[in-house]
Amino acid sequence: MKALIIGCGRVGSSIALVLLSEGWEVAVVDENVDALSRLGSNWAGSFVVGHGMDADVLREAGIEEADAVVVSTDGDNTNIVIGQVAQKRFGIDCVVVRILDPARADFYRARGLRTVCPTKTAIDTLTEAVRACDIPRQEATV
Amino acid sequence: MYVIVAGGGKVGANVARSLLRLGNEVTLIEQRRDHFERLEEEFEHQVQRGDATELFVLERAGITRPPDIVLALTGDDEDNMVIAQIAKEKYGVPKVIARVNDPRNQAHFDLLGISPTICATSGIMALVEHEVPEHELIHLLELRKENLEIVEVQIDRNSPVAGKRVEGLKLPEGARLISVMREGKAEIAVGSTTLEAGDQVLAILEPGKEDELRRVLLKR
Repeated sequence: MKALIIGCGRVGSSIALVLLSEGWEVAVVDENVDALSRLGSNWAGSFVVGHGMDADVLREAGIEEADAVVVSTDGDNTNIVIGQVAQKRFGIDCVVVRILDPARADFYRARGLRTVCPTKTAIDTLTEAVRACDIPRQEATV
Repeated sequence: MYVIVAGGGKVGANVARSLLRLGNEVTLIEQRRDHFERLEEEFEHQVQRGDATELFVLERAGITRPPDIVLALTGDDEDNMVIAQIAKEKYGVPKVIARVNDPRNQAHFDLLGISPTICATSGIMALVEHEVPEHELIHLLELRKENLEIVEVQIDRNSPVAGKRVEGLKLPEGARLISVMREGKAEIAVGSTTLEAGDQVLAILEPGKEDELRRVLLKR
């Protein structure tokens, strides 16, 4: 199976390394060549320098043969647009898009994009962690 | 009418000012603090600070009313696409116009059904084509939804079709001649129309067939 990761920051590079170790063929796109260092010195996948908004870059990275696309650049709106391009123009069914803003993540999820919102996850996890604390009840003061 | 203008750069600010002068109600949205402060001196309460791709910023600007039209005029194409989609599909804004900064992104706007769009670079390039004579085939109009375009071709002395009837031309598939302008008078091109050197011919065709049409009409 072939995965295309667009945006090789902390998140994208980690996903790339995990998928590669699980036997996927992985191609990574980032506009900054320095991002390649995040993949370690033995990176066995492919790496294309370019912007994910550029359809030629996506083709060069093999989007036409991809089974899954992960869009994880540092811009919500860039991810939203690239995700829709992968879905609608290249017909990829499994497109996973990172969107930090919960409101936009909800809107585009309702429109059929597989959005993942780390902010929402953080809110839920942190709230749950507060609830889980064992805090002795204090007497109400008058 | 009520208009929300997203993006208070040169384009957005000038558009907002023009709309206000025509008596419209306008809210301008600008993200950067320094730009906002400068705009506030002129536009006062009619400019708001925020990221116009955030729903609460749009709602604060009154997008739920909804406005008659939203103009997505920021300097960032991705932002303009998202603003246009949210305005139209979430809030039911009847009309949205989006600015295309990089003409290479036009295909993305089209893919997402965002129309009409306006691109200064493409407009300037079309003017260059129109003004510079060595461009023999002039793009007059793009009918994006129909996937057709209208072009103008000048028939000259060396053209292989000078003296020939329209019905005898081997035009590329997906191309038709519309009209022939001769000595300031235009006529609809029919089968029996004979082309002459000096004619300005309008043709309608599918984008991408320009070279084929040029070869048939001009032999180059």
